[in-house]
Amino acid sequence: MTETVLRTGAEKRKFKIDMRALSPFIALVVLAIAGALINPDFLTASNILNVVTRSAFIAIIAVGATFVIAGGGLDLSVGSMAALTAGVMILTLNSLGGADASTLAIGMLVAIGLSAACGLGNGLIVTFGRIEPFIVTLGTMGIFRSLVVWLAAGGTITMRNFELRELYRPVYFGSVFGIPVPIIAFLVVAAIGALILYRTSFGRHVVALGSNEDVARYSGVPIWRVRTLTYIIQGICVGIAVLVYVPRLGSATPTTGLLWELQAITAVVIGGTALRGGVGRIWGTVVGAVILELVANIMVLSNFVSEFLVGAVQGAIIIIAMLVQRSVHRGR
Amino acid sequence: MDAILRAENISKSFGPIEVLSGISLDLRPGEVHAVIGENGAGKSTLMRILSGHLQPTKGSLSFKGQPITFSGPVDAEHHGIVLVHQEILLAEDLTVAQNLFLGREIRRFGFVDDKTMRERTRGILAELGTNIDPDIEVRRLSIADRQLVQIARALLVPHTLVAFDEPTAVLTPIEAESLFTIIRKLREHGVAVLYISHRLNEVKAIADRVTVLRDGRHIATRDIEGLEPLEMARLMVGRDMSKLYPDKPATASDHVILSVSDMAVPGYVESASFELKRGEILGFGGLIGAGRTELFEGIVGLRPSHGKIALRGESVHFRDAREAMAAGIVYLSEDRKGKGLLLQQNLRVNLSLAALDKFTRASFIDAGAEEKALDGAIKDFDIRTRSRDLLAGQLSGGNQQKLLLAKMMLLDPRIIIIDEPTRGVDIGTKEQIYRFIAGLAENGLSVVVISSEMQELIGLCHRVVVMRNGRVAGEVRQADLSEDSIVYLATGVHEERAAEIAAGHA
Repeated sequence: MTETVLRTGAEKRKFKIDMRALSPFIALVVLAIAGALINPDFLTASNILNVVTRSAFIAIIAVGATFVIAGGGLDLSVGSMAALTAGVMILTLNSLGGADASTLAIGMLVAIGLSAACGLGNGLIVTFGRIEPFIVTLGTMGIFRSLVVWLAAGGTITMRNFELRELYRPVYFGSVFGIPVPIIAFLVVAAIGALILYRTSFGRHVVALGSNEDVARYSGVPIWRVRTLTYIIQGICVGIAVLVYVPRLGSATPTTGLLWELQAITAVVIGGTALRGGVGRIWGTVVGAVILELVANIMVLSNFVSEFLVGAVQGAIIIIAMLVQRSVHRGR
Repeated sequence: MDAILRAENISKSFGPIEVLSGISLDLRPGEVHAVIGENGAGKSTLMRILSGHLQPTKGSLSFKGQPITFSGPVDAEHHGIVLVHQEILLAEDLTVAQNLFLGREIRRFGFVDDKTMRERTRGILAELGTNIDPDIEVRRLSIADRQLVQIARALLVPHTLVAFDEPTAVLTPIEAESLFTIIRKLREHGVAVLYISHRLNEVKAIADRVTVLRDGRHIATRDIEGLEPLEMARLMVGRDMSKLYPDKPATASDHVILSVSDMAVPGYVESASFELKRGEILGFGGLIGAGRTELFEGIVGLRPSHGKIALRGESVHFRDAREAMAAGIVYLSEDRKGKGLLLQQNLRVNLSLAALDKFTRASFIDAGAEEKALDGAIKDFDIRTRSRDLLAGQLSGGNQQKLLLAKMMLLDPRIIIIDEPTRGVDIGTKEQIYRFIAGLAENGLSVVVISSEMQELIGLCHRVVVMRNGRVAGEVRQADLSEDSIVYLATGVHEERAAEIAAGHA
């Protein structure tokens, strides 16, 4: 008798956890249906591919943010870091002057190296300075942003070599077997991220650190290394996003990457990753990023709300997502 | 004599689990009524029902002969029933007087009347026989003084029944003695006192009547006359106490495996030296705050420390727990929930966390090997879980301790340091853990047991090192192991006097 009671209890719990992991996917389907009802053009292949392509930057950055947040941290500097990385990359390409693949490769290495170094800086200050990540990355957000303004002298940094632009163009506008390159990039990043977070001891250590830092420390987890590495991964993801972003406009401005941190963190939270750490869901994050872009797309296609209010709607979404998370948590 | 509060046939269930079943007792004015029982026997639940914090599932309470239902602790307080909590619940940044009147400030023209509150605080503290400054911040008080402030706060409201929940857990024998004076004074004033403890000598010293609980059931209520601590223990445990501890393995050798000298942990340990031998169970005794936990956290690199550590004759220094583990030393924290296990993660993740390297191939985790290890741990350590998918936080205290042991044993350590191995663990599991510890020594491993339970140290260890105020006060050999000898070293009180205090004839 007791046995039956206990068994159903366990099954119920399992079912609820599944619900929690599934909810971003359900939200995605609901939004897609809503979009189709509002505008018949919505469900065309070209519109869908367009939406997913546009979500690629945020999705790639948000995969990195999933590591940081699952490990109990936070990185607000990603938008500014992206702008700085894009600016420095373009300046490097301009000064190299060449129009061949090797020039491009050097520029890309500089971009990845710089963003990884920015992440390393964030990680070292958080870890060894023992300062709240919120404060540290708020500070570096300001530093990175003003550095790009200074480099651009308040204006725009543009790729000057048109041959190089043509060479680089396919990285955003090209496609392989009909799938746009940015989508491939973001799926590959997400797959590698999922592999690292779910299947490696480092990923396990990240989750342990976010669950309870003391337990991790008492269990011999190298917490300083693990924490710093999450910020470096975040930096590398920003770098990859920049590689896909630069060929789109071929320029960086002081407003590049503005509010990307809001969108990346929103994507992570919608995806079901706990903001207090200890739970990380890479695929949820990816879906979260697509949902954000989908909402913007629906707003453009419909005439209910001005598209200038996209930021307001996205801001509202993160608050609603947190409220949902809290009520699900309470219901357990 | 009429009872102030009478409980009839009280039962309490949390979900399908009944933690109290058919308890009856009455609390009379001018009487100290002790409730004793092992951890998990239901003492605290009973106390919380009597003081209005919980509602009984079945049964009834009557107050001065009238049936009554308390809507909450505030309601109970209005009837003069106050509870002195086991944990210190004070706002550290406020002064003593501010804490005493927190939530019931005396006001004058709408502003707090500090002067009156300060005077009344001084008066109450004087009545308790202490001269703590009402204006001092609580954070600057010792644990014992905080306990006194907490008692003063409870006694501030008019009271007819005062309940103490393990009040001496953090007190030295001398401080405990002054608490007993306070309790006797309350009794003289016709207050009913409910006293919850598992320290039997104390109960013998202070109580008039004793109620014994075991597994949520009422076992006996007896007058203290003619009831000796040994008999109380038998009633509490339900069988002969001597079987609780396994025979001490005759494996303690003279071969020193770990030698620590002049170890200092800033703020906690001034200087400590000791030696640990192969196959030995070495106890560490002392009062709470003596620096035992901090000493070992310092040794395994969890706290900044300096001093000489020699492992098998070689000088070592560990910068973090990982290095200590690599050298074969593991430390199991007393704070199982805060530092031992990830409560929000499942058993598999918890089990493999410390020894994750053993489950990885080219840095990828082999989940199959983890599952196999979990099967082994559940079997070897008798972890009782209704489902493998449970979270660690859903296990009982005893099973959490077994899981923590299993987790650390995966590292194949040579030296195992266990801090409070049986805190919050039921009696059946205690026995299993003791047997397991003895088994480790039999296999030639060395074990350090840090414990505040003197019986545990005496029943389990070959030798006991006693600490006092951040220093090693001395060592008690197997032949000399007794509560008196440990108390003497732990408190520094003259031996005969310590014996008197321990026996309660202060």
